[in-house]
Amino acid sequence: MYRYDNYDQTLVDERVAQFRDQVARWKAGELSDDEFRPLRLQNGLYVQRHAPMFRIAVPYGMLAARQLRCLAELGRRYDRGYGHFTTRHNLQFNWPKIEDVPEMLAELAKVQMHAIQTSGNCIRNITTDQFAGVAADEILDPRPLCEIMRQWSTFHPEFAFLPRKFKIAVNGAKEDRALTWFHDIGLHIVKTDDGLVGFRVIVGGGLGRTPIRGEVVREFLPWQDILSYCEAIIRVYNRYGRRDNAYKARIKILVQALGVEEFGRQVEAEWAHLKGGPATITQAEYDRVTAFFEPPAYQTLPAIDEAFVQQQVKSLPFARWVERNVRPHRVPGYASVTLSLKKPGTAPGDVSSEQMEAAADLADRYSFGELRVTHEQNLVLADVEQRRLFDFWQEAKAAGFATPNIGLLTDMIVCPGGDFCDLANARSIPVANAVQARFDDLDYLWDIGDIELNFSGCMNSCGHHHVGNIGILGVDKGNEEWYQITLGGEQGNDAQLGKVIGPSFAAADVPDVIEKIIRFYIAQRQEDERFIDTFRRLGADPFKVAVYGDKARLKAA
Amino acid sequence: MTTIIKNRQAVADDYTLLTLAEGDSAETVALPAGPLLVPLAVWQVRKADLQSRGTPVGVWLAAGEGPEAIADDLAALPVVGVHFPKFVDGRGYSTARLLRERHGYQGEIRALGDVLHDQLFLMARCGFDAFALKEGKDIAKAVAAFETFKNPYQAAVDQPQPLFRRRAA
Ligand code: HEM
Ligand code: SF4
Repeated sequence: MYRYDNYDQTLVDERVAQFRDQVARWKAGELSDDEFRPLRLQNGLYVQRHAPMFRIAVPYGMLAARQLRCLAELGRRYDRGYGHFTTRHNLQFNWPKIEDVPEMLAELAKVQMHAIQTSGNCIRNITTDQFAGVAADEILDPRPLCEIMRQWSTFHPEFAFLPRKFKIAVNGAKEDRALTWFHDIGLHIVKTDDGLVGFRVIVGGGLGRTPIRGEVVREFLPWQDILSYCEAIIRVYNRYGRRDNAYKARIKILVQALGVEEFGRQVEAEWAHLKGGPATITQAEYDRVTAFFEPPAYQTLPAIDEAFVQQQVKSLPFARWVERNVRPHRVPGYASVTLSLKKPGTAPGDVSSEQMEAAADLADRYSFGELRVTHEQNLVLADVEQRRLFDFWQEAKAAGFATPNIGLLTDMIVCPGGDFCDLANARSIPVANAVQARFDDLDYLWDIGDIELNFSGCMNSCGHHHVGNIGILGVDKGNEEWYQITLGGEQGNDAQLGKVIGPSFAAADVPDVIEKIIRFYIAQRQEDERFIDTFRRLGADPFKVAVYGDKARLKAA
Repeated sequence: MTTIIKNRQAVADDYTLLTLAEGDSAETVALPAGPLLVPLAVWQVRKADLQSRGTPVGVWLAAGEGPEAIADDLAALPVVGVHFPKFVDGRGYSTARLLRERHGYQGEIRALGDVLHDQLFLMARCGFDAFALKEGKDIAKAVAAFETFKNPYQAAVDQPQPLFRRRAA
């Protein structure tokens, strides 16, 4: 992965000094709370329900074992011994003291980490495919370009005070694993017939209160031009995006108001001045950065390891884990493993300091010392030898990481919700746990198969409920916690928004409702049909009847 | 006389900042004597008047006003002001870059309004060279902000080459 040189390190060190000074001036009353707020936000520091929340960037999801050890230590020293991985490749601490944050930043800087632009109305951490560099369907490893974009966006002088937050996702494979259709800018790496590499540029997607699927603003942009083209897009947004209402301030609202053609015309007019300028990425820089992402020193191994096959025959639990949590690798004899942070009964995405250290050790001993954070709030060890998977599994199990549920119902995306978040309408973690408990029978869970259940505690949609096959959203009805269900959302190439099925439910009823939906699916599915395919075939109405009974039937008629 | 930051130092400044109060009209508002920084609307309707006074006149742009509106007049303007109604309203950063990089403006670009210590570094990168700091803020302390980062990554007005081009050299 990328390693800082003197320039990168100096910038991060200067950032620590800057924030230390800002905290001191705030404490001395020289900065008002209002003046300090955006400064602390741009260093990942929120003030939440119980305590400040501190969000650390994991750029495009790449994490070295020593960095994870540093996070473990920070969790122990400044928090309550755990952290929370988010959908945007970040790690959040829920209990630090504001006064400690400069010291935490200084510790992070020592392992080439920071919290720069993890919040605030600026360009946020850029996200990508967790299988970048190892996926069989990859067109080009997106990480070098993500790193180049990370550097460009870091302290961008023109775009530190945009109308609203700005999120960019890059996908380099045929299958979209980065939710690119629902970002402010989504980028697909594409190769033309004559071998040119560039991006399809999608703009104006987002979830939140007004979920909108992005639209293509340019079918092909040479990779060298990505920085200047993004500057053109963001400049148009910075100048003309709405600032009168925070809910209407995302770029998606501007794109909708202008129409994507007119928006694209304005971007092209702006870009005409920037194209070919100094921001054009040079081959030398691309090569310099790419060198950090060269494949590690893989062994030459047979494509199928016989012992590994035998171990799966002998141990059903191992075979199940392999089926759900292990993915084929492009290099013969290797596999990519997902460590599940979704053990039923725990808060999805939470990891204790001990677990972070265990994961770091696994990475060191099995996977070249590197890990990736996934937007589904799990960890990936991308380069494990097949022949060592059985040993790996036993160790992962001991550390509580081997729940064989990746892609299954209990592998939910869940935001922190009302237990931690000030903006929440309702709690999400206990209700998610209740649903997990209802589906605790592994055979049943397996029989249900691939399904995404996503859960947000309010309309801000941090839990991506709109794109869950089943989405659960916390709503506030007369000061009580209620839950609205959506069906039919999907990520990937056919990313779509789910639709609300009807009136919301009390917390205690949510597991029943989910069970009704699942039972109906099992009864209706044809052969190996996935939940989402059955849903697409039948439409929402019969599912509504399954949940609401005759009331829905009358309405549907 | 007020004190502003110019070229990274506190200096005395004798421009009067003209604003249109409720009920004032651009056509009739009284123009104080001496160097004057006027709103775009006043400039647009009274350009000839203003230019015949024999004292320096600059224009200031509100956050929603772009440099396009004065592009043809820039050679005649020693100062262009860019107003920040709130420091979190970042439109002025684009305005300043466009003035310098698109329109080749060489005069003074002055940040007005909610201008604070912690934004100075970014503003300077975008082409501002004068800053009317918000009242009550410590100018002597604020000038240190220009040194926050020695080698930023991106190309901007102060450093037209991005770090990757300098790094390679
Ligand atoms: C607990 C502190 C948090 C607060 C106060 C918070 C606040 C918000 C707000 C206000 C928005 C909506 C912004 C908008 O629509 O303009 C938002 C969006 C989002 N948040 Fe959070 N969030 C928090 C935690 C998280 C966590 C833990 C995750 C990941 C699990 C997350 C992931 C996201 C994502 C992906 C979006 C984007 C949705 C979109 O595209 O609009 N947030 N957050
Ligand atoms: S979705 Fe709402 S409740 Fe959940 S973390 Fe985001 S803002 Fe908080």
